[in-house]
Amino acid sequence: MKHDRPRIVVVGGGHAGCEAAHAAARIGADVILVTLSVSGIGVMSCNPAIGGLGKGHLVREIDALDGVMGRVADAAGIQFRLLNRRKGPAVQGPRAQADRSIYRRSMFLEMQSHPNITIFEGEVADLICRDRVVHGVTLADGSEIRAQAVILTTGTFLRGVIHIGESSRPGGRIGDRPSVRLAERIDTFGLPLGRLKTGTPPRLDGRTIDWSGLEMQPGDADPVMFSFLSHAPSAEQIACGITHTNERTHEIIRRNLSRSAMYGGHIDGVGPRYCPSIEDKVVRFADKTSHQVFLEPEGVNDPTIYPNGISTSLPEDVQEDYVHSITGLENAKILQPGYAIEYDYVDPRALRRTLRVREIGGLYLAGQINGTTGYEEAAAQGLVAGLNAVSEAFGEAPIHFDRTTSYIGVMIDDLVTRGVTEPYRMFTSRAEFRLSLRADNADQRLTAWGRQIGCVGESRWRSFEEKANALNAARETLDNCNFSSREVAEHGFSINVDGPRRTGLELLSIANADFALLERLGVGVASIAPEIQDQVKRDALYAHYVARQARDVAALQRDSAIEIPANLDFHAITGLSREVAEKLSQTRPETIAHASRIEGVTPAALMLLLARLQGRSTDRAAVS
Amino acid sequence: MGVDLPHSGRGLRRLKDASGALLDEALILVFPAGRSFTGEEVVELHLHGSPAIVSVVLRDLGNMPGLRMAEAGEFTRRAMENGRLDLAQVEGLADLIDAETESQRVQALRVFSGALGEKAEAWRARLIRAAALIEATIDFVDEDVPVDVMPEVVALLAGVLDDLRTEAEGVRIRERIRNGFEVAIVGPPNAGKSTLLNRLAGRDAALTSDIAGTTRDVIEVRMDLKGLPVTVLDTAGLREARDAVEELGIERGTERARSADMRVHLCVPGEGPIMEVMAGDIVITGKADADDDGDGVSGLTGRGVDRLVDGIAAELGARIIGDGLATRERHREAMIEAADKLDMVIAAAAQPDVAADLLAEDLRSAIRAIERIVGRVDIESLLDEIFASFCIGK
Repeated sequence: MKHDRPRIVVVGGGHAGCEAAHAAARIGADVILVTLSVSGIGVMSCNPAIGGLGKGHLVREIDALDGVMGRVADAAGIQFRLLNRRKGPAVQGPRAQADRSIYRRSMFLEMQSHPNITIFEGEVADLICRDRVVHGVTLADGSEIRAQAVILTTGTFLRGVIHIGESSRPGGRIGDRPSVRLAERIDTFGLPLGRLKTGTPPRLDGRTIDWSGLEMQPGDADPVMFSFLSHAPSAEQIACGITHTNERTHEIIRRNLSRSAMYGGHIDGVGPRYCPSIEDKVVRFADKTSHQVFLEPEGVNDPTIYPNGISTSLPEDVQEDYVHSITGLENAKILQPGYAIEYDYVDPRALRRTLRVREIGGLYLAGQINGTTGYEEAAAQGLVAGLNAVSEAFGEAPIHFDRTTSYIGVMIDDLVTRGVTEPYRMFTSRAEFRLSLRADNADQRLTAWGRQIGCVGESRWRSFEEKANALNAARETLDNCNFSSREVAEHGFSINVDGPRRTGLELLSIANADFALLERLGVGVASIAPEIQDQVKRDALYAHYVARQARDVAALQRDSAIEIPANLDFHAITGLSREVAEKLSQTRPETIAHASRIEGVTPAALMLLLARLQGRSTDRAAVS
Repeated sequence: MGVDLPHSGRGLRRLKDASGALLDEALILVFPAGRSFTGEEVVELHLHGSPAIVSVVLRDLGNMPGLRMAEAGEFTRRAMENGRLDLAQVEGLADLIDAETESQRVQALRVFSGALGEKAEAWRARLIRAAALIEATIDFVDEDVPVDVMPEVVALLAGVLDDLRTEAEGVRIRERIRNGFEVAIVGPPNAGKSTLLNRLAGRDAALTSDIAGTTRDVIEVRMDLKGLPVTVLDTAGLREARDAVEELGIERGTERARSADMRVHLCVPGEGPIMEVMAGDIVITGKADADDDGDGVSGLTGRGVDRLVDGIAAELGARIIGDGLATRERHREAMIEAADKLDMVIAAAAQPDVAADLLAEDLRSAIRAIERIVGRVDIESLLDEIFASFCIGK
């Protein structure tokens, strides 16, 4: 019985904080969500879009575990596009432009309406800490909130510095104060810190843009939603504009490079290679005479335009000049200049797979503070931290996400084993089991597990069961019919007539075979709902590959099952080089699989480790 | 043993047992960590090599706490575990130790030097570049998308595919260098096959007599023919069998002779070969002991034997093409698997709507296959098998 509900404090109301608060609340904690300002809950501080490749997968997984991001994004979505629509379902990622204010409002309502969540406006100045265990937070006014666990989701607030051209000032996102005192407290824990940077473009007034000559990109005709519970967009749908930089733009930027915060030597942090500033693009891709700029509306009733592709840390006057050099933007008014922000992050190798700080009891970190970038990455970590903070408070086993069953597992594993060298962003290529980890089957992979954990509510469970039943029925129908190749060929499908008999499912595993063919063959498929058909077809298509991957998965899970004791002295293992022992001591892998993914840990080192764990004697010298 | 290790790294020391009795005087070599074969700190005792000395010193060492005998191949295993050798090099070392002939030595040394590992590394680098191009079109489709990457991908893959095919083709012959070529001597009964074999081998390997049908089964003699490892097979004389046992022997002999790398058809003077002559075979008249002229061969007198040996060596030597590096069936399997996957990827890349996810998956499989050559993955399952082929010590 879960009596005595644990109390969890979540610091920060961004994407990580909201997801953490909601997850903790779902599995039965009393959550106090402390935010600098209530209006900051659910704010999209960077581009007004959710999802994309890898990121869309994360949102689907959060949703499959009954999280909030998917539903909120669907409510706020003003343009839905499924990326890679023609490239195969495993690499298709749902993406949506979101109306900033609807998003914020919806997220706030989600937090406010959950009976287990209390929103508290205030500044967390310090952590209550005794014997390296955190027992709550101290606010700036000196009052205290006690809790069994604290989840810090403070984004770029740790020693954040904002740069616009040659000027810089301390700050989180524009308009917010950085948490210097909190940063000082974290210093006392001796956690390894690093410095990263990220940039934003200038925001434009859409009413001053000449849209007439611009290419417009509408959303998909059949929008794909994030949430398994959503069916159609609810907000008004819009199109985005596309324009391009030109030689003149590049010339202006080149001429002013020395005035850029980044190129003028004002910033030490490392920025993401995959999201370069316009200065970066002009310097690194000097032979390209033009770069694409997406003009993304920030909302239906908001004239603000987010010009995606020209983030910058140049001074305001240069921003004016280069923006005006771009077609359609000749007279565009800049509402807010672009800026770069530098901030501290905690090396995530100091965390457990639960996102708890390894050496500090009761303290969890989620989001940008762990060196990631992106709303989706932040939210997914919030979910992991929220579930585990409560689980630990209840004295239950940790809730581990596995890289063989979710992108969330891939991300957590990457973070805690490899750390980050640039802001970490999810890509589909990070997932070695990509063909099984699809956006379309996130519910099949995770919802039943989530129900066991206790984070999947009644209504989602009912709708999941309905779908699962329909899927099973469809598979059974297809498994119970079979056709000779000649029969199939006679129904106008190109196939070797000497081939074997195939069941309906086996037939579907051929790329061009579809339900229309089965219909022609006389199988009663009309009663199978289109989304069920899609799912069955996709599963069949990948069945062959997934079976092969299952072998790799088994190997990985075998290694994951071999745990490394927390007190193992790596330096005492004979044959392990000092460098590897140092790396292992620093990262403290929890399993052999975990150790195998640490950079620089060779198969040879793994064998020594394995031998040690299995009690084989390699610690004696050999004589020939 | 109460011996001070020499500071200079080498020195002469008197080895004594626990009671102080002198065991031997030995040269001691000390290798610091990072400078030895295994990469670990190593001390070598160079003893006077009699079995008695070795055994008494080993016994004394074994009695010391913390010391034990090395397992088979343990030093090589440690060298690999410490990153001093890759898997292909370990195999090359095993071959080098086992090398009996010059061609085996040259081939093993090439592998041991790490050249195969380097080649696999180069293939891997090119495949990874191709994979990165494909992944870029998948993961960055909504950004400044790279232009059509398929031409570069296909060019990269086709290059590696060519190399793989060429290299894989040579494996069979290089395996022959490792394990030896088979040359069968065939001919009618009493044509002088066994006598010729004995002459080649320089000893009485096959039982010879004047009575036809002495050799019922297949006799194998391994020898070094001009630097090439060759196993010469002496098959039962091919003729009508008189009893069931002989028939079995003849059948077996014919079968072995057919699957050998080449055949020497030994003919009775005035007659032709009695089984099919395949490309590269040598047809020669036997029992040329009495004959003064002609190109025959005589096992009895040794006439024409040198010329025959030259002929065999020239034929087999001609089959060793290029200086390929892959020497084992394991290498060949990995390369063929990779090549097959690359074939699929290249074919798929030509399709209008590329299923990039499946294409990328096949490419990953190809990369994993290449990595197996140097032992990057699947390593645990391979190790026991490989290290089992080493004797104690190295």
